Amino acid sequence: MSVLVIAEHADGALRRMSWEAVAAGQELARALDIPCSAAVAGHNVSALAGELSSARLERVYAVEHQLLDAYTPDGYARAFELLVRHAAPRFVLLPHTYQVRDFAPKLATRFERVLLSDVIACRVEDGKALFTRQLFQGKLNADVSLGGEPPYFISVQAGAWRADQVSQGESQAETFVPELAAGAIRTRPEEPFQEAKRAVDLSTAELIVAVGRGIQDKDNLHLAEDLARALGAELAASRPICDNTWLPMERQVGSSGQTVSPKLYVAVGISGAIQHLVGMKGSRTVVAINKDPDAPIFDVADYGIVGDLFEVVPLLTAELRKAKGG
Amino acid sequence: MRILVAVKQVIGRDAPLRVNAARTWVEENDATFEINEPDAYALEAALQLKEKHGGEVAVLCAGPERAAKTIREALAKGADRAVHIELPEAAALDALGTASLLARAAEAEKPDLVLTGLQSDDLGLGQTGVVMAERMGLPHATIIMEIDFRGAAVRVKRELEGGWFQYVEMPVPAVLTIQSGIAKLRYATLMGIKKARSKEIKTLAAADLGIPSHPAAVIERLYMPPRARQAQIVEGTPQEKAARLVDKLRTEARVL
Ligand SMILES: Cc1cc2nc3c(=O)[nH]c(=O)nc-3n(C[C@H](O)[C@H](O)[C@H](O)COP(=O)(O)OP(=O)(O)OC[C@H]3O[C@@H](n4cnc5c(N)ncnc54)[C@H](O)[C@@H]3O)c2cc1C
Ligand SMILES: Nc1ncnc2c1ncn2[C@@H]1O[C@H](COP(=O)(O)O)[C@@H](O)[C@H]1O
Repeated sequence: MSVLVIAEHADGALRRMSWEAVAAGQELARALDIPCSAAVAGHNVSALAGELSSARLERVYAVEHQLLDAYTPDGYARAFELLVRHAAPRFVLLPHTYQVRDFAPKLATRFERVLLSDVIACRVEDGKALFTRQLFQGKLNADVSLGGEPPYFISVQAGAWRADQVSQGESQAETFVPELAAGAIRTRPEEPFQEAKRAVDLSTAELIVAVGRGIQDKDNLHLAEDLARALGAELAASRPICDNTWLPMERQVGSSGQTVSPKLYVAVGISGAIQHLVGMKGSRTVVAINKDPDAPIFDVADYGIVGDLFEVVPLLTAELRKAKGG
Repeated sequence: MRILVAVKQVIGRDAPLRVNAARTWVEENDATFEINEPDAYALEAALQLKEKHGGEVAVLCAGPERAAKTIREALAKGADRAVHIELPEAAALDALGTASLLARAAEAEKPDLVLTGLQSDDLGLGQTGVVMAERMGLPHATIIMEIDFRGAAVRVKRELEGGWFQYVEMPVPAVLTIQSGIAKLRYATLMGIKKARSKEIKTLAAADLGIPSHPAAVIERLYMPPRARQAQIVEGTPQEKAARLVDKLRTEARVL
């Protein structure tokens, strides 16, 4: 009975989040005193399996099939179902990526199990594993236990474990060829693409003012625009602002938008949901302006102002103008 | 075409959250409730499909009695009828339990498309739609930003990470989980609100659906996250806060 980590790859390399999942898997395995293995699926994946073998793992499975060349939920769920039946792990750990969100719930359901998704921590108390998840968009944490017999399925949040914490070592490789039928794959995926070239490239911006739902109305956006102008900063936004078409999608920061790393990121009326944080955590200095002192954004901020943005932002803009003028 | 939209009622975004005495859920007495945000977009996508292709939109919701208010709002926006699975308690079921109930009720409706939100704002499981698809034996696609219904098949635009997208085609019936922003939301009209009063809401008891219990994920303890707070909170009057922040950005952080 082991921990089995399912790794994900893109463009011929393992994704960083796969290594984070390996680190999480190794930690859980250590706490339970059981071995940790890993798997990667696709077509011609032996090189990727080789890459995984640099970690200290009992076994690395190369799940190999032509029908796994392009990702489909039917193909992946079936392939990993067969692997899990073959390897009989106690825990199956996956990175909480968009692809995992797409197939892992299906995989867990095949075993009449629930997928415990987007986990940020785990610990073992009296031999029982407890997993921490965020509820209410990061405002509360819950420790969750899993009942029944293994296997248990867990996906781990981006950034919750560190890729550089993976213990290095040697692993034994094994090729696993699942029996897959082309007829059982119902979705036909086309090539991934990016929308036409963006007019704004936030990734190179040095200064960014990002506005969130706290701004309440399109007509109030000028407050953030004025602040950005006074700073000489680019204007960015959280998802709801772009969903409402108050600003174009290309100004969205986060997991489904742009990833930015400016010198200064000023978050105005943004709560700090994980999908936003992953896009701006690399900023050098973060300022948060929010009326809720418990807003998760303050966890990643260097400077915080707890207050009403409608009061604070115009004052800040005026101060900056004064500072620049003087 | 027949479209079924799974809609969840969640605690309002701006409501203060207090953990209950048992530390298993939040106090709901003084809370306000609203439709889960992505579900509002799923409903909008369904209404637009109906406007284009004809047919009907039914709403499916599992929740306590109070959820009826959210259901009425969906009917006021233009859904034709609703199925309400009455649950005694909001957080008692995990993803597999809720999705199994919803799937059982959905099967009876024989929909061409089932739309769900991609994630709930309270539990944030991000999987109910996918589990429903598996339970119903249907193909699915997640995080959808565009739906092109073609009769026997549907071609959808999936959002991938970091600004990438992908088109996927599959036969119908199918289950799609909808991302916020797929379309511009409409408001209910006075006429819509009036009409909603006479629309049918079928209520089902969870027990009627005959879902076997299964080993569940159980919330052992709910709590305020320990704050990894490194932020310097700038104090003072609003005027002082603004001046002090600018000063710190210039002299300490040296980013100006
Ligand atoms: C798969 C997936 C992908 C996603 N991708 C992204 C993404 O790329 N980018 C993204 O941003 N989100 C993304 N999201 C959405 C994300 O989960 C959050 O819903 C979103 O980031 C919330 O935006 P917000 O902080 O602006 O709004 P809210 O969470 O509503 O926060 C508003 C904040 O404003 C504060 N506020 C209100 N009034 C005032 C006032 N007067 N003064 C000061 N503060 C005030 C409130 O206290 C609150 O903290 C994604 C979600 C999913 C499921
Ligand atoms: N109790 C419920 N009633 C109706 N729909 C639900 C319920 N729970 C979840 N859903 C649907 O499933 C989606 C994903 O929820 P979740 O898996 O909890 O993140 C939601 O956006 C809803 O569309």
